[in-house]
Amino acid sequence: MALQILLNFFLAGVWMFMTNAFTPTGFAVGFIVGLLLIVLMRRFFSYRLYTSRIWAVISLFFLFLKELVLSSFSVFKLVVQPRLNIRPAVFELETELTHDWEVTLLSALITLTPGTLVIGISEDQKRLYIHAIDFDDIEDAVSSIKNTFERAILEVSRP
Amino acid sequence: MREERFSIETTIVNILIIILISVGVIFSTVTALGLVRLPDVYTRTHAASKSSTLGVMCILGGTFIHFLFIEDHFNPQLVIAIAFLFITSPVAGHLIGRASYMSGIPLAEETVRDDMKIAVEKKKGEQK
Repeated sequence: MALQILLNFFLAGVWMFMTNAFTPTGFAVGFIVGLLLIVLMRRFFSYRLYTSRIWAVISLFFLFLKELVLSSFSVFKLVVQPRLNIRPAVFELETELTHDWEVTLLSALITLTPGTLVIGISEDQKRLYIHAIDFDDIEDAVSSIKNTFERAILEVSRP
Repeated sequence: MREERFSIETTIVNILIIILISVGVIFSTVTALGLVRLPDVYTRTHAASKSSTLGVMCILGGTFIHFLFIEDHFNPQLVIAIAFLFITSPVAGHLIGRASYMSGIPLAEETVRDDMKIAVEKKKGEQK
């Protein structure tokens, strides 16, 4: 993926030399032309196009914003209601992410969505220990994290 | 500049700014309320590390939009501040939670289940 981006920049540089237009506009045009060439030549790369990965990153970001706002309101309701009937719990989440940065990103996302807080990661980085502020169903919580964040992170890291 | 103060655009931008900053203030208030009302260290960390993040982010975003559209001044420091807040606050929340768990601070009485206790005890048993 890094190779494709580098190639795209290189093609933009070649375009600037060919058209003798050493301006930001010349660079932008060269970048678009290079991107077009890379899309045409996609069969010869062993990995998918880098634009699809950038798209995955953007959609992960918006998913995260959505979750942040939605669950902020749930904690808001929890704190404001007159009788405090919360049921905290610590539960275990088995993750299939392997790289360090993926696990770090997943735990940062879990921590930033209100209602869940990562308080421990096992030695082999396979299990996360999550403190939930209001816990009704373990299957629900695990599957919601798995279906939203983990899947989105996997979509980003897929080669 | 003066006569443009009351155009449609400025009104929309002003409404956006007011909404953002009000939401930020409300979430900061909820954080403070949560710190007082919640029972133990972990649930308080919930309130402190997240609602406040969203609150401060909303306030910074509102300030950014105000300077960008009303004062015609692009302020990159505010954007960087929002990004840094995003990166650092989950780590702080995680470390506070982990440190308090490892030093043996008990969970609240309402706590339903505790999976980590089993894992920590198992690890301690292996070390002995």
